[in-house]
Amino acid sequence: MLSKKQARAFFLGGTLVTFLIFIGLTIYSLSPAQDQSHSENITASVIKGKKIWEKNNCMGCHTLLGEGGYYAPELTKVVDRLNQRYDGNGEAAIKSILMSKGPWQPHGRKMVAYGMTDAEASDVVAFFKWIGKIDLNGFGTVVSPLAKGKIKN
Amino acid sequence: MKYKSQKVAYWFFAFSMLLLVLQIVYGFIMGFAHAGYDGLHSIIPFNTAKAVHLNLLVVWLLSGFMGAAYYIIPEEAQRELVSVKLAYVQLISLAVVAVAAIIGFHFNIWEGRKFLEIPRPLDYLVVVNVLLFMALILITLFKGKRKTTTALVLSMGLLFAALLYLPGMIFFDSQVLDSFFRWWVVHLWVEGVWELIMGGILSFLLIKLTGVDREVIEKWLYVIVGLTFLSGILGTGHHYYYIGVNKIWLIVGGIFSALEPLAFLAMALFAVNMYRKGEKKHPNKIALYWTLGAAIVSFVGAGLLGFAHTLPQTNIYTHGTLVTAMHAHLAFWGAYAMIVFAIISYTLPNMTGRKLYDSTRGRIAFWLSNIGMIGMTVAFGVAGVVQVYLERIMKMDFMVVQKQIEIHFIVLIICATFFATGIILFLIDFIKYGTPTDEALEIKE
Repeated sequence: MLSKKQARAFFLGGTLVTFLIFIGLTIYSLSPAQDQSHSENITASVIKGKKIWEKNNCMGCHTLLGEGGYYAPELTKVVDRLNQRYDGNGEAAIKSILMSKGPWQPHGRKMVAYGMTDAEASDVVAFFKWIGKIDLNGFGTVVSPLAKGKIKN
Repeated sequence: MKYKSQKVAYWFFAFSMLLLVLQIVYGFIMGFAHAGYDGLHSIIPFNTAKAVHLNLLVVWLLSGFMGAAYYIIPEEAQRELVSVKLAYVQLISLAVVAVAAIIGFHFNIWEGRKFLEIPRPLDYLVVVNVLLFMALILITLFKGKRKTTTALVLSMGLLFAALLYLPGMIFFDSQVLDSFFRWWVVHLWVEGVWELIMGGILSFLLIKLTGVDREVIEKWLYVIVGLTFLSGILGTGHHYYYIGVNKIWLIVGGIFSALEPLAFLAMALFAVNMYRKGEKKHPNKIALYWTLGAAIVSFVGAGLLGFAHTLPQTNIYTHGTLVTAMHAHLAFWGAYAMIVFAIISYTLPNMTGRKLYDSTRGRIAFWLSNIGMIGMTVAFGVAGVVQVYLERIMKMDFMVVQKQIEIHFIVLIICATFFATGIILFLIDFIKYGTPTDEALEIKE
């Protein structure tokens, strides 16, 4: 029968081994050679867009990379999606929503009117465009408006 | 109650319950908004309600864990807490952080990262607060007459939880890295070190309530927390499938997160077996309800419902949908909320000297809140599956689908009303117990 000492060894040993593997995998998957996010394309404008995204807690309603509030649309492929809907004018559509002084309420569900400046809205669009190009191991096709297989992540 | 300083726990529990009530209020605001009634949008938009709902959850659970530690550690270490005054200072600073953060969320002051919305300046106050708490607990333990496994596991869980808050405070230019390290906090808390805290509290309660030998209980505690880390650490990979990192996580995360239910299954079997083995003489049956309930419901909510969408083949469709909310509600309720309710139910009679544990109200509270929460979970689940099918497979527009599933949120609100009624009944008992007194020191538990 298992003794308390053996049980403790199982706990400490198992924890140490899995922790070391976890750190190893983290270093491997975040190494430049494994980059799937095209991090070289993170411009100053993308970073500003990310900060605006965080400052307004957009994630509190929307999802991005599948993470967020589940109350408003997934925005990972938002530029593609609105390009399709508005005949290639997706970026302008996003900017007009962000710059609107009045509430935007598709199907009655309200979004806070942020009344951003043109520059701020452009930064957010730059952020979305960078996000839209990340290789998401297949998730991109699930949330994309385009037919499966037609687009590469 | 054996030591005067254990009374500190009461005030942490009281603060915890106050925040729980607020959390439920904001939950209702969100439920109504999902059902199409967002009349409060101009004052409390959804993202504010969401941030408040999530952060109150974290803070009330932490306050409950801290209360549990202030009660358990002196008893396990067999000495008074090193400083009661500083423990109250710690409680007040915790309250200041919580209130400031919650008010800030209503004025667009936050960090906008799910679960970690508390703005950076307040993060530093959180660090100071937690350092003070850990110092009080560890020094008490270190100076104590004995260092039990239960106390060590509980303290280790609290210490790791404190350390893991730090990766969440780093700013990354890349959203991918931001998300990657955000999970170091959120996942490694709830599917890692918080389970140590839960295990420590569970073990303490089982020793007290069943009368089974400490050595037996603590041996199995090691096995359970061993299984938790063995599966949970690499199980973090299930958050990395689709956020823009290497495919290796699909395999590692898939395999190890599929093992995560084992730890919860072990916990449920452990609690039920210890109860069967025990003398069944302890009069505080309601504490036993919550203790066994926590072990069983956490297996269903965290274990089974987590497994339901953890495999990459399923998760590619369910990632970022209401299916996650389904799992999250029953998991947090079973694993963490119920264990806090268990320790409160066990300690209140000991701290106040009033033995109200036979009240019918207590039992109704247990059943109503559980039935309500299970109903809510089913409502979220149905809404989530419909959302996955219509939006992800049929490629229907997000808002068109949301209109289709509004009805499930009406069901959710009805179930939430049952749940909230159960909680109110629990709180009526809490208030009836009154405040703790030194006279309770002489009463046999």
